[in-house]
Amino acid sequence: MAIFNLNVNGKKEQVDVDPATPMLWVLREHLNLVGTKYGCGIAQCGACTIHLGDVAMRSCMLPVSQVGNNAVTTIEGLSDNGDHPVQKAWIEHDVPQCGYCQAGQIMNAAALLKSKSNPSDEEIDAAMNGNICRCGTYVRIKAAVKTASKNL
Amino acid sequence: MTTIKTSIGRRSFIKNVTLTGGGMVLGFSWLASCKSSTKEVLAMPKEWFTINGYLKIGENGLVTIMSPNPEIGQNVKTSMPMIVAEELDIDWNNVIIEQADLNTSLYSWQIAGGSRSISSSWNNLRMAGATAKHMLREAAAKAWNVPMEEITAENGMLTHQKTNKSAHYGEMASAASKLTVPKEVKLKAVKDFKIIGTSKKNVDAKNIVTGKPLFGLDYKEEGMLIAMIVHPPAFGLKLKSMDDSIARTMPGIKDVFRINLFNKGYAKSAFDATSFDEIAVVVGNSTWEVLNAKKTLKIEWEPIKASKEKRSIFGSEMEVITPAGLENTDSHMEQMKNMASKSVKTVRKDGKPETAFKKAAYILERSYSCPFLAHNTMEPMNFFANVTTDKAVLVGPVQTPEIMQKSVSERIGLPLEKIQVKLTRMGGGFGRRLYGHFMIEAAIISQKIKAPVKLIYTREDDMSYGIYRPAYYATYKAAFDEKKNLIAFHVNTGGITESPLSANRFPAGAIDHYLAEEWEIPSNISTGAFRAPGSNFMAGAEQSFLDEMAEYMGKDPIAMRLELFDRAKTNPVGEKNDYNAERYAGVLKLVKEKAEWDKPMPGIHRGVSAYYCHDSYVAHVLDIVMENQKPVIKKVTSAVDCGIVINMDAATNLSQGAVVDAVGHSLYSNITFKDGLPFQNNFNTYRLIKISEAPKEIEVHFIKSEIDPTGMGEPSGPPVIAALANALYKATGKRVYHQPFFS
Repeated sequence: MAIFNLNVNGKKEQVDVDPATPMLWVLREHLNLVGTKYGCGIAQCGACTIHLGDVAMRSCMLPVSQVGNNAVTTIEGLSDNGDHPVQKAWIEHDVPQCGYCQAGQIMNAAALLKSKSNPSDEEIDAAMNGNICRCGTYVRIKAAVKTASKNL
Repeated sequence: MTTIKTSIGRRSFIKNVTLTGGGMVLGFSWLASCKSSTKEVLAMPKEWFTINGYLKIGENGLVTIMSPNPEIGQNVKTSMPMIVAEELDIDWNNVIIEQADLNTSLYSWQIAGGSRSISSSWNNLRMAGATAKHMLREAAAKAWNVPMEEITAENGMLTHQKTNKSAHYGEMASAASKLTVPKEVKLKAVKDFKIIGTSKKNVDAKNIVTGKPLFGLDYKEEGMLIAMIVHPPAFGLKLKSMDDSIARTMPGIKDVFRINLFNKGYAKSAFDATSFDEIAVVVGNSTWEVLNAKKTLKIEWEPIKASKEKRSIFGSEMEVITPAGLENTDSHMEQMKNMASKSVKTVRKDGKPETAFKKAAYILERSYSCPFLAHNTMEPMNFFANVTTDKAVLVGPVQTPEIMQKSVSERIGLPLEKIQVKLTRMGGGFGRRLYGHFMIEAAIISQKIKAPVKLIYTREDDMSYGIYRPAYYATYKAAFDEKKNLIAFHVNTGGITESPLSANRFPAGAIDHYLAEEWEIPSNISTGAFRAPGSNFMAGAEQSFLDEMAEYMGKDPIAMRLELFDRAKTNPVGEKNDYNAERYAGVLKLVKEKAEWDKPMPGIHRGVSAYYCHDSYVAHVLDIVMENQKPVIKKVTSAVDCGIVINMDAATNLSQGAVVDAVGHSLYSNITFKDGLPFQNNFNTYRLIKISEAPKEIEVHFIKSEIDPTGMGEPSGPPVIAALANALYKATGKRVYHQPFFS
């Protein structure tokens, strides 16, 4: 166990955990931020996606000891009122079915749009290919990413 | 306008019930943010007046509608309240929705399964809204001392035109809540629907996109511990001994033990299916700590003995045979291929099929198969339980809360009325969470450690647990005369562990000589219902075979099917034909029109298919183009007849999702076994379809209908597999028969 000082969603947080604890579980069980989801634990499904700085990361394989004072953003901190262009586009296209994968999808899409504000279909496919949606909302996800890119 | 007697499902209309739904009220944020108009948002009222088990009205006119059924992504949480709101006649913007707990005195069929949530509750939901509206009008009539017939209730407002009096529902709610429920109410005519048939946003959309706690895995309580399990790695094994000495010393660990799920002699239902009746459990403070401790358990496994047990299923009984031994995929395939010649059960015979086949000028014969599949809900199995000496509170994702409550009650020794079951949103169901063993496990664990506990399965625990979609095999034969007329049809099919056959479905009824046979092979690999059970294989096999038949006959595949439907409609064979030929033909005609089937489209390779299951009819045309010599699914055009569509865009979403689901599984997914061990146990080895592989466009058209709503969760999936296979043939020149097609 060790103390870690973290910067999560703009707030200073402190946790006392095993250094190997993945950020996914630090967020969910020590910081009460359950928006980031567990789907596979081996970075194969994308449900656990957060931002480290501006980069999308799979938090299930990111040990807390490697985070340092990099800014961590979770779905809860993506916007103040759910009004990030990606979130609004998700609602406009009524994307979710069960909804479990969608926080990860949104975080991944938001990171994509930070680096590429007007991605092509192929670029969206490549960037989002690691986010599984078992309910099959992919057609709407793609449409929502395109809508969001127009409203950045 | 229909009149309906309220004695059906009357229990929901008891006035003085307290509506709970406690900790998961989502009203505020939904109302405040999910608004399409700039109308003033109603604040939470000071007081709620319960009108019946489905709705309460605040003094300011805000309405809470309870959504009774488990929400698994089929969006009943939006569509079921829409039905209540329609008959109540209110502004949808002034509605907040609460998930109902399990409550057998208020609601019936709180099950997410069989695509039956809406059809089962259609009348009850309409009655709930209509009786409330009636009572509000009656309250206004009393308050204004005017005849009730002169009072209109529309869009949340009560009006007496003659005297120019009006009041919103909130002003009469208190009085209405004290009135007697009427014996009969009038329901709206379909043409007067203002909410049903429109598109309403998912009521949880805002909460989902902002990461609010919604799912079972998100549920927390003070003092809650985390529990995880270890089950046998292979089917055919059971726990022999366990060395937990290291685990017990690890940080954060509270206890390690073994549990048995059932008391000896318990009469199980089909939903009590488990793969392993005895498992190891680790309990600790946090998931990470328990995960680490789990890995250190040294467990010895030993072979199981063969066994047999009876399980009840909705009034009838089934026998489940569990053989001993460690099974292999190669052997499974061999066994299935051999079954056709062994003793099979004739399920339906019309005419003289044996004679017709003997006389045939040509016999077309093809075999199809599909593998075991894991459901792989994105949210793995989990449940919360807090069991004390006198009561139990269970919270989590389950598709069969009432059925599983019984098993929990028997196992932990508490009566039903002391066991509260609260439903969270579910990160996918697909049939996996019909089998609520995890609910029983959580209850046993909590009782044993005397603390609230959340049980979590890892993805590996979950994917290797079983209750898989069965492996299936089917051989189709069609007999033709020398003029290439179809004279006989034969389907022989079965699976491990059950047959997928529905013998009275098309083309039975359209062919004079027809034979349908089935068989099953028992296995210790557990199987269960997987989105559109049986149909999820049969549709693809049958509709691919019909395509080959059409090709042989030199007929257009749609035209050939329509001819058969004509026969089934005008001069059907046999009496028990389980489909409506006109509606079935209807979706094919609609998809033909919308997909412009007759228009030449160079470079586009097209496949068509249609199927009927869960009371709904669906047809697809799937378009493939070749890119870099690889087939790419460009578009799927779908035609759906599910009766009255409640929520148009949500039904579209559901149909699109089912298409992606079925396409993905048929192309990529597979569970294989070696010595009882499932090889695939996470997404690095089990392939699910990705965004780059999904159809680029899915266009859905609904038949306009006034038939009571039928199923929408499952019907769109099964037929698309054949549309895909048929299009692949056109694109590559090769037919595909054995799933996964791209292995």
